[in-house]
Amino acid sequence: MPDQSREPIVRVRGLVNRFGTEIVHHGLDLDVIRGEVLGVVGASGSGKSVLLRTIVGLNRPVAGRVEVFGRDILALSDTDQREIEKRWGVLFQNGALFSSLTVAQNIEVPLKEYYAMPLPLMDEIAAFKIGIVGLPEGTGEKYPSQLSGGMRKRSGLARALALDPEIVFLDEPTAGLDPIAAGDFDTLIRDLRSSLGLTVFMVTHDLDTLFSICDRVAVLVDGKVRVGTLEQLLNDDHPWIRSYFHGPRGRAVLLSASDPLAGHEIPVTAPV
Amino acid sequence: MAAATTTLVASEESGSLVLAATGEWLVATAAELDRRLRGIEVPRGRRVLLDLTGINRLDTAGAWLLLRTEHDLTARGNTVEMRNLRASFEPLIDQVRTAGFVPPARHPRPAHHTIAGFIARIGEISVGLMARAYSILGFFGVVCATAVRLLRHPRRLNITAIVAQMEQTGVNALPIVALLTFLIGIVIAYQGADYLRFYGLENYTVQLTGASIFRELGVLLTAIILAGRSGSAFTAQIGTMRINEEIDAMRTIGLDPVEVLVLPRVFGLVLTLPMLTLCANFMGIFGGGLMAWSQLGIGIPQFLNQLSTIAPWSFWIGMIKSPFFAVVIALIGCYEGFQVTGSAESVGRLTTLSVVEAIFLVIVTDAVFSIFFSSLRI
Repeated sequence: MPDQSREPIVRVRGLVNRFGTEIVHHGLDLDVIRGEVLGVVGASGSGKSVLLRTIVGLNRPVAGRVEVFGRDILALSDTDQREIEKRWGVLFQNGALFSSLTVAQNIEVPLKEYYAMPLPLMDEIAAFKIGIVGLPEGTGEKYPSQLSGGMRKRSGLARALALDPEIVFLDEPTAGLDPIAAGDFDTLIRDLRSSLGLTVFMVTHDLDTLFSICDRVAVLVDGKVRVGTLEQLLNDDHPWIRSYFHGPRGRAVLLSASDPLAGHEIPVTAPV
Repeated sequence: MAAATTTLVASEESGSLVLAATGEWLVATAAELDRRLRGIEVPRGRRVLLDLTGINRLDTAGAWLLLRTEHDLTARGNTVEMRNLRASFEPLIDQVRTAGFVPPARHPRPAHHTIAGFIARIGEISVGLMARAYSILGFFGVVCATAVRLLRHPRRLNITAIVAQMEQTGVNALPIVALLTFLIGIVIAYQGADYLRFYGLENYTVQLTGASIFRELGVLLTAIILAGRSGSAFTAQIGTMRINEEIDAMRTIGLDPVEVLVLPRVFGLVLTLPMLTLCANFMGIFGGGLMAWSQLGIGIPQFLNQLSTIAPWSFWIGMIKSPFFAVVIALIGCYEGFQVTGSAESVGRLTTLSVVEAIFLVIVTDAVFSIFFSSLRI
């Protein structure tokens, strides 16, 4: 297989997004490298979700260039668009499951759309995706309205992974999950990354996720991103970044992340 | 490396069956591979060797097929050995193996497609209808009780909400009601004249048009338009609020959803439907008059003269019916809104149901009034 290891799957250059008079992105540049888990953080309203939506083609920017798998997504033919859509998966904030279909049927939607497969095989694949994301056995027959929030998110992830995509876009995947479920989710993403070589673009507020599984973090400030590893960002002197990572919550996570016994002790907030 | 075809080849090797997998084992090729796998005959008790040297691409679907084969063969009593898997694929196989074998979900039961099933469905629907009628009656009771409670504390009355509803359901509906009833007036007069001419009775066209519109058509048409327009809007609004948990939030704050949501809609519609009916009557007569003038040459004085010969009761009966129709439409619209459960499909289904039920009950109410007034010989 050709070595594509350091090649960017997503390349954003000069992105400008505007809603009315409010400019959300001022010429934003970003690369998402194949095989990495990229955390995207920023203040509420800084445009994290807008960035994700622009990259997956749900939002047309005012200016800029967005390339996914080397193709300009703002100028694609329909056939090319379909080819690209086969190679990515998107998890929306509340799961966005189709409410009139069962979970198993939801997972089968992408399979049915792109591949002609006999129904029993699709059922098997759907069942096994349900197993991979850690959902209990009977989940496939349930309707989304019968599931808890955490199970909805996992079902949404199972659907996003239905076609074994090369990159998944996750919008706040651990929001609203209890700490155990959030930790399990992090582990799941890490395992999927190592076994499938999955690239992950994750919009999140969860400091624990950032510290435990993200290779790089992109911080949205002032309409642009500052990207780096956590070490680099911890030494960044931008005021917002400093208060994000060095505020009381950030320090608590740092303390437990650097502690070799982390996971066996309850982290203690450092004195202010 | 030349691209290998994606397939599974069976061969013999020193007493064991060798299944050599080659090519790309991905979700894209899964259907074909599944077919191949099902077509291979494996004698029981034989030792099976899965040779995976030739696999150059593997994803979870491909890994699943391999592990399923291993699992099924082992369950049948064959010993299975997987060999020569590329090291880079091992984490994938491990992940899929740990996920375990989740049995496929059952699909929801298909609709009854037999005669017995059809009759059963009729039964289910009838019982459902009775339960629904009972439930709507209960809702009507709750609304009445809340209204009485509200009228006893007039300061709680939210005039702004009522006026807002009046604007939405009344003022905004004016153009469409006016236009449609105007057209109906034209049609009735034209058809009426045409038919009466046959008997030489075309002079009674105006009375015919006037009486039909005042007594029945004006109010019925307005009610049907409003059922479609406002009834569905109420259901969709309240239904979406149910999904967004806004109704729950109201309750926890101590607001009564019936008082806050339902009563303004009911009061608003009860006030606007009679006014719209008045407008509808006017436009209907106007249309009728226009047609009478163009077809029969009836001028304005003669037209007004003929109109005045219509019994006043015709007009009043139409007006009396209008608030009752308004209550029916608003009640059904709000009731079905509260029935919405958590899905988009539910909103759509109940919005449709609310319009159909409202129109049905409006016409039934009209029939009841008809019988009532004719027994009074009005």
